[in-house]
Amino acid sequence: MKNPARTKRDAEPILQMTGISKRFGGVQALDGVDFACHSGRIHAVLGENGAGKSTLIKILAGVVQPDEGRILFGGKEMRFPRPSDAVAAGIATIFQELSLMPHLSVADNICITDPPRKWGFIDGRAQRRIAAEALARAGADDINPLAPVSSLPLSRRQMVEIAKALARNPQLLILDEATSALTAADVTRVFEVLKRLREEGLAIIYISHRMAEIAELADDCSVFRNGRHVATFKAGEKTDNQVIELMIGREASHAFPPKPPRPETEAAPVLETSHLDWENRLKDVTIKLHRGEILGLGGLDGQGQMELLLALFGTLESVRGEIRIDGRRVRPASPKAAKNGPLGIALIPEDRKTDGLMLPMSVRDNLTFAALDKVSSGGVISPAAETAAVDEMVRLLGIRMGSAEDTANTLSGGNQQKVVIAKWLLNKPAIILLNDPTRGIDVGTKQELYQLLRKLADDGAAIILYSTDYYELIGCCDRVAVFYDGRIVRELAGPAITEQALVASAFNMPVEELDGAAIPGAHS
Amino acid sequence: MSTFRYRLMEHRGTLLAAAVFLALLIFYIANSHSGLNAAVATTIANKGVLLAIVAMAQTLPILTAGLDLSVGMVFVLANCLASALVVGSPLQTAFGIVVVLLAGLLCGLVNGLIIVFGRLQPIITTLATGAVYFGLALWLRPVPGGDVNGDLADALTGQLPGGIPAMLAVLLAVVFLIWVPYRNSVLGRAAYAVGSSEPASYMSGIPIGRVKIVVYSLSGLLAAIAGLLLTFVTYSGEASASIGGTYTLNSIASVVIGGTSLMGGFGSAIGSIFGAFVLRSIEDLLFVMDLDPLWQPLFQGVILLIAVSLGAFRLLRMSNRLDLFH
Repeated sequence: MKNPARTKRDAEPILQMTGISKRFGGVQALDGVDFACHSGRIHAVLGENGAGKSTLIKILAGVVQPDEGRILFGGKEMRFPRPSDAVAAGIATIFQELSLMPHLSVADNICITDPPRKWGFIDGRAQRRIAAEALARAGADDINPLAPVSSLPLSRRQMVEIAKALARNPQLLILDEATSALTAADVTRVFEVLKRLREEGLAIIYISHRMAEIAELADDCSVFRNGRHVATFKAGEKTDNQVIELMIGREASHAFPPKPPRPETEAAPVLETSHLDWENRLKDVTIKLHRGEILGLGGLDGQGQMELLLALFGTLESVRGEIRIDGRRVRPASPKAAKNGPLGIALIPEDRKTDGLMLPMSVRDNLTFAALDKVSSGGVISPAAETAAVDEMVRLLGIRMGSAEDTANTLSGGNQQKVVIAKWLLNKPAIILLNDPTRGIDVGTKQELYQLLRKLADDGAAIILYSTDYYELIGCCDRVAVFYDGRIVRELAGPAITEQALVASAFNMPVEELDGAAIPGAHS
Repeated sequence: MSTFRYRLMEHRGTLLAAAVFLALLIFYIANSHSGLNAAVATTIANKGVLLAIVAMAQTLPILTAGLDLSVGMVFVLANCLASALVVGSPLQTAFGIVVVLLAGLLCGLVNGLIIVFGRLQPIITTLATGAVYFGLALWLRPVPGGDVNGDLADALTGQLPGGIPAMLAVLLAVVFLIWVPYRNSVLGRAAYAVGSSEPASYMSGIPIGRVKIVVYSLSGLLAAIAGLLLTFVTYSGEASASIGGTYTLNSIASVVIGGTSLMGGFGSAIGSIFGAFVLRSIEDLLFVMDLDPLWQPLFQGVILLIAVSLGAFRLLRMSNRLDLFH
């Protein structure tokens, strides 16, 4: 066994990144980041959505190339042009269910990068043994190495991911939200494994949104904000409140339209869900939505917000619980049914390029796709009606383009998003669901969209806005429901929607504690 | 679940295809006047093995979630080449065989290089290269003709001692010399991984490009082996577009009947062999049942539809309808 390196805290770090920058289009994901971690220590990385955590990990995993900066690993300057280079260097990354081949067996998956060989051929027996050992090391010896991965439930697959990483005998192990799909019993076992690996001298980078996990595991913590590395400190040196203070504090770069005073009416909600459950991704979700209201969905990315929107829009099967629209119980069976129901529902999807637009087709075609019955009669599209509808929408949203015959892929991101929204507005939906609609679009268009949303609400629409940008939730929404692990953990309304409250809730921490960090150490 | 159950699940497609073939074979023997004798078996084998090997060639790209529309044309090109080169003294014959096989390998290599470095879809790439290969075949043999080493041809299309069709032995040799090593190699494993999930394979550090190039090259080699055998069966070469096209389409059908997923990642070339024999048996069955051969495409189509439907069952247990498109 290696020298327990915990004493070597001030020795050379195993990984040292200096001046790392990365830009995606108009977004500076990482901006001159310095980061180091040591063998025999668990280093937690914290930050809200878009802070740059994922980009940092992807650079280390060889998925993304930095624009600038140097990486020293084990004392040598390194570059990882491909994932295989990072693996060869001794860096194993555990993503969320990303690197498993569903048709292959557990053993095949665990040994895929470097299977044991006998006379040049894969040695099935040795492979099963290695897989069984790796699974045992990960505390998941209940998994049969011969089982196809597709036959395992999500939490078991995640354990296979962990076993797969361990089988590579890495020097640096990176876990990116690796425990979010695990059961509590598994989490305990994984923690034991991680602590043992730390004793064996491994360097571990641990990304998680669960503060309790970080408190239990981490030796060091680094906080990221806005693509910058803002602080590194020993675990326990700062209170949870201080950590949250470090994570927040982004500058609000845009103005929002004023919110109308909240009407004190007891009007019946236009949309109501009670106790929605789906596949362990939605748990007991109950919301109420009124006409004229914008309800925000908050929390860290991937906590069930998207699933709620999809459930309302009819793409999920066997959703348990009740959905009521205008007081009547409905079971949305498909987007078509949701669109044509008693009150039309529209969903602005997350990825406009794949789910929102037919990119090679014209703006005109795209605009009328969801409302062809409005511009046709007897199955024949009326060019006059179509032109009128298209002109109306182009004017209403201020879509900037050469002509309506231009293909959608010639437009800027912001204008593409306007087309996606416009195509649904043609249906005059009473309920509008938006899945992170401003991701990757310019500030000017964002502001136009905020104005538009408020105008639609004022005209009587009920809107659900999921956004990963907390400022948007604060500026746009009348109420915000914060998701954590498939549940709504807090609902904030009016002036209570603050960045502190949103971030604290997103990490499932009590909001009261945040009042001026008055209770230092209360959560340790 | 027990180890046995997992093994069973892994090979369910192959086993099902084998069972269907066995059922058809028994039905055939029961209804034919002569029963099963060496001559009948040899006839069945000579017809079935050609398609079986082309189907094996097709299996490799399909397992990576690709497709090779040129296998039939490589098959025809190899036939035309062989009808010119595989003649004369044993040494000349051996040289001719090597050239034919290398030509097939080269055709496949070209497919693979274009698909990987041109980043083109396999289906359109191989449609185009298939036309080119057929053009070459036509240039070699504008009219049917040529010759082949008669001794070798008689030996390979005849029977071994004990009445076993020699073609079956050839098929077994191909399985054990090419498929079994491939299936157990790191590269073959990687090919399944690529078909199962290309992003996950990339993230696992698998050399996807190299895998695909080898897969298409091997596919070309197998198609050329089948083309060579065709020459021994017909004693001549013919650049026939209809033979090329039929073999390409039937190879895809055989792969599907053999239980391999067109989405990649699941299946086996052994299944495809049985799939090919199932398709071929239908022809013979119509004959012994005294039915008009005109019914053949209809029955083959029905079998294919049933095979495809079996694969669609997974869609019944989908909990997010968007997964249908992914």
